[in-house]
Amino acid sequence: MDAATKKSGKTAANNHIKRPVINMKDAAHAFGRIMKELFEANGKRLIVVAVCLVVAAIATSGASIYIINMVGTLFDSGKVRDEILKSLITGVIVMAFIYLLGIIAQFLRSRIMAVVTQKFLDETRKKMFNGMQNLPVKYFDTHTHGDIMSHYTNDIDAIREMVSQSLPNIFNSFIMLVTIFIIMLTYSLWLAMIVMGFSVIMLFVTKNVGGRSAKYFIRQQKSTARAEGFMEETMHGQKVIKVFNHEEEIKKEFDKVNEELYNDSKTAHTYANMLMPILGNVGNIMYVLLAFVGSMIIVYEGINVGLSGVSRTAAEIIPVVVGFLTMGRQFSVQIGQASQQLNAVVMALAGAQRVFELMDEKPEEDNGYVTLVHAKYNENGELCETEERTGLWAWKHPHRAEGTITYVPLRGDIEMREVDFGYVPEKIVLHDVSLHAKPGEKYAFVGATGAGKTTITNLLNRFYDIADGKIRYDGININKIKKSDLRKSLGMVLQDTNLFTGTIMENIRYGRLDATDEQVYEAAKIANAHDFITRLPQGYDTMLTNDGSNLSQGQRQLLAIARAAVADAPVMIMDEATSSIDTRTELLVQEGTDRLMKGRTVFVIAHRLSTVRNSDTIMVLENGRVIERGSHDELLALKGTYYALYTGAVELE
Amino acid sequence: MAEREGIENMKIIKRLSKCIREYKKDSILTPVLIVFEVLLECILPLFTSSLINTIEDFAGGAGESSTGIIHGIQTFMYGLSDGDTLNCIIIHGILLLIIAFLSLFCGAMAGKTVASASAGFAKNLRKDVYYNVQTFSFANIDKFSAPGLVTRLTTDITNVQNAYMMFIRVGVRAPLMLVISLVMSFQISKSIALISLGLMFIMAVGCVFIFVKVIPIFNKVFKKYDKMNESVQENVKAMRVVKAYVREEYEKEKFAKSSGEIRNDFTRAEKIIAFANPLMMGMMYMVMLTVIFLGSLIIMDVTHPLGDKIQIGEITSLLTYSMQSLASLMMLSMILVMCTMAVESSRRLYEVLEEKSTLASPENAVKHVDDGSVVFDNVSFKYSDKAEKFALEGINLSIKSGETIGIIGGTGAAKTSLVQLIPRLYDVTEGRVLVGGRDVREYDLVVLRDSVSMVLQKNLLFSGTIKENLRWGNKDATDEELVHAATLACADGFIRSFPDGYDTYIEQGGTNVSGGQRQRLCIARALLKNPKIIILDDSTSAVDTRTDAEIRKSFKEEIPHITKFIIAQRIASVMDADKIIVMDGGRISDIGTHEELMERSRIYREVYDSQIKEEE
Repeated sequence: MDAATKKSGKTAANNHIKRPVINMKDAAHAFGRIMKELFEANGKRLIVVAVCLVVAAIATSGASIYIINMVGTLFDSGKVRDEILKSLITGVIVMAFIYLLGIIAQFLRSRIMAVVTQKFLDETRKKMFNGMQNLPVKYFDTHTHGDIMSHYTNDIDAIREMVSQSLPNIFNSFIMLVTIFIIMLTYSLWLAMIVMGFSVIMLFVTKNVGGRSAKYFIRQQKSTARAEGFMEETMHGQKVIKVFNHEEEIKKEFDKVNEELYNDSKTAHTYANMLMPILGNVGNIMYVLLAFVGSMIIVYEGINVGLSGVSRTAAEIIPVVVGFLTMGRQFSVQIGQASQQLNAVVMALAGAQRVFELMDEKPEEDNGYVTLVHAKYNENGELCETEERTGLWAWKHPHRAEGTITYVPLRGDIEMREVDFGYVPEKIVLHDVSLHAKPGEKYAFVGATGAGKTTITNLLNRFYDIADGKIRYDGININKIKKSDLRKSLGMVLQDTNLFTGTIMENIRYGRLDATDEQVYEAAKIANAHDFITRLPQGYDTMLTNDGSNLSQGQRQLLAIARAAVADAPVMIMDEATSSIDTRTELLVQEGTDRLMKGRTVFVIAHRLSTVRNSDTIMVLENGRVIERGSHDELLALKGTYYALYTGAVELE
Repeated sequence: MAEREGIENMKIIKRLSKCIREYKKDSILTPVLIVFEVLLECILPLFTSSLINTIEDFAGGAGESSTGIIHGIQTFMYGLSDGDTLNCIIIHGILLLIIAFLSLFCGAMAGKTVASASAGFAKNLRKDVYYNVQTFSFANIDKFSAPGLVTRLTTDITNVQNAYMMFIRVGVRAPLMLVISLVMSFQISKSIALISLGLMFIMAVGCVFIFVKVIPIFNKVFKKYDKMNESVQENVKAMRVVKAYVREEYEKEKFAKSSGEIRNDFTRAEKIIAFANPLMMGMMYMVMLTVIFLGSLIIMDVTHPLGDKIQIGEITSLLTYSMQSLASLMMLSMILVMCTMAVESSRRLYEVLEEKSTLASPENAVKHVDDGSVVFDNVSFKYSDKAEKFALEGINLSIKSGETIGIIGGTGAAKTSLVQLIPRLYDVTEGRVLVGGRDVREYDLVVLRDSVSMVLQKNLLFSGTIKENLRWGNKDATDEELVHAATLACADGFIRSFPDGYDTYIEQGGTNVSGGQRQRLCIARALLKNPKIIILDDSTSAVDTRTDAEIRKSFKEEIPHITKFIIAQRIASVMDADKIIVMDGGRISDIGTHEELMERSRIYREVYDSQIKEEE
């Protein structure tokens, strides 16, 4: 339990500390992959979006041309008033039409992007989750829950932000900038040069101030993670703090953590907050300079050169200057907007990398081909396959070479021979372990923490695969058995009790999805859980939340046993299944399970020796080796380690 | 209803704003700086327009001279430059640059002060919450739960910090900008400003309409989203169960269903939001068209609605002002959204800030506990007033100082509830508990808890060295005292076997020592308080029976004067106690010595049989 809370307790942010700085190449790769996946699923939609963006951008920047022309018209002394008026009205109508197009484009773009983004996120989530379901247990043992969870929360959120906001905005800004710049070049090279120069300055500011802001944001993330870790630890330990009158000391520690967080948060936000005013006012300075230089050209009767030609007169140049003022403003606004997205993109790409990493993780391999089927004996007394649940199982073993199928009855005969195993190759935790559990036997493992008891069960259900040796199930090498079928044949009650959000009924039924209500009640009775369940106000419909935190540890274990009981598997493994149940209740549970498992093989792991006492065989493990084996009485007679344990001479764990 | 909510919100704001404290200066400076920045930014277009008009006049413009503010500026500038156009232009340029630089300075400074103000506000808020939690009783802690408190200290405070930052920065900027821009527009051209205002009003109504429609959907989806993530977390935690029952496909279907639901809801909401963007753009376009078309008409003297007279320069100002006011309006609606997001967080923080500890030391509290005697006088107890069932009922007990008391009983028998009343972790509902001859409610809490040392069932060590952890019991303890306590708890041996001995670093949650070792460290820590009463709540369950016996032996020999309560599952742990209490369903089923209970208590005998029978 403690280990579990620790795992999930480590906050998500910790994950982000490990790789705060992202590598450009990886980021580019992640970006490419997001784009590829986006386009593969939404190619047509995205093309429409791109067209919409271009139309909207041109419509917006087109206003500048309109202003220039309009002002030009006003200054055109060659024209009569009516003509000017006429061209004014035509201008307005044309612009209104272009704007309408722009609005339609905007609308379409937003609608389509809503669909595209949500579809992409939904698919990414599903891909990630489905991929995760197929990962071997090893993955979950080597990654903290907090880290895995942060893919679903922080990382996906960052990606959403980028796909739905940042990317369209940046693209939009980019098109606007290009369009505006082309218009600028058309009207005045000189003024366009000024804008160009200021763009460089703005990029420089973005790189420096923005870069510093990114740096401090990462630092803030780190101190946030530290602070969260501290809160997490002390809030969970609050009762201990109270009992020890430790409030004042913990306040002092808190102040330190809090001060640090304050400092980093302040610095990070300072730079982030300064970026916009600086960029905005650099834009303003540019605005001033444009007006000033424009005026100078007019006053000194300079020559304005644009791609559209050369203009000399004030009447020609004033409209250009006025137009530039609007364009200059638009220009700096766009640069500001794009730079605001930078942080989001950097974060999203880092998140995307982690998400892709999870997706690319190698799934659990399964080359098994022997399957588990319900079986019955036909008229000829031969074992054959059947659809309905007969209580009789058989291994369906196809022989590829001959093209025949044989059925082997499932008896629960499990044999391990000279098995060596290590979770990491460098550290072998099981040495030369052999055992033979015959059908109907109750087989117990005893030993200190780390002796390898749970490891053996991890090998039986192939959560992990053995390094050396053989495991046979009813004479079949378990590597040949399809993993899902192997696991269906093993009813497991695991060391850490895990319940799901849902009713008690649903939780028990998890063991067998098609179980009737009666079968669930029956299973609960076997586990001695029926009593306490019916005493709950809502009985079997009681909602469990937060891993069944509204129940006691012992009650949760009873439910886990009921869940295994309803699965009604031919072989059962109970790993510390009754550790939190008081010894009196445990006896009742044992009676129930013994009745259920009569004639079936049961593996029992327990720290409490009273739990394993009535086993047929007890195997004592020490540091991954079998040191004693026999029945309770035989082992006591041996006066060895078991005897010492039983009489309390040595400590378990 | 709405009114009451309003009052409630006012209270929340009042309480939270108390946390500004030393950051008041920055919190005030920020809006001031921003006011200056906005003012400067709003003056800027006026001078530019004046500049353009100057040039226009110089080039011989189309229409009449404008009237109003810009014309005023222009006249003033001419005055400054003795009517010389060139000088006038240069002065314009210099003034404009000064304005821009001042505005840059104010903006950047405001960025700095707002960061300090909001981070500081968050710091104080976090501190107030954390400090108040330190005053909480067990009942208060139960009410909020540890994860609930962690969320408040992290996510909720971040939300409020961001909202505060937005509020004192943009919350000042946007309305001010909006007002000034409008006023300026009216100064320049009443007719155009009026039309712009009308268009803006339409936009604002449209936006509010969209938000009102969309916010509830978003709130709902976000809740669903959290639920989905919770179920993923459950899945990750229970991966072995999923795999053991071969439920991968089932889980995939379950996830695809909820993920798909979220996709649909989000898409629906975002499709509605999709109206906002074109609405804003449309209004912006219409404002621009109005400004230019009507402006041109006025310049051409076709019409002078409301007596407006403008030149080309004014058009640029009008364009800038209408853009600024539109942008401000959008900002305002954004703040609105952010603030609604922070409301829920503020409420949650307020709850914690206003929570009063259910337990407090009385006035004129007794500062000394005379001895370790304990009396339960007709005690009944339930965890909350709302609970229907009493956790403890009709408890009468009398324990002399120095006695060893064993407590045994099944899960849910209320063993823990019983002993928690002694150090006053909870208050009795009826009756009274006496320690050292006085009601526990008369003592100073610190004094009481220093005298009654309790090892909680959920034994917990903190990240830090073993020494640091032990010193929780007594921060001034000498090394000898540490070793002594550790020896009593049979922990000295294994501590010394670690390479770093007493300086061994304990990981968060104490996961790098075994369960039995952790329990013994916790016992040593409790002993260091040198208490009058020590309570072990199932604290030796992972310790082997021999060490368990040794601890009991050292307790008997070394600290005979201390009253000892030992809750245990293992019968051997309590067998030789002076008194054994058998608890069942919140009541004392029987009290007696081992021999007495073997004779008359069925429960005790059954427990005994289930553990010992075959051993003999």
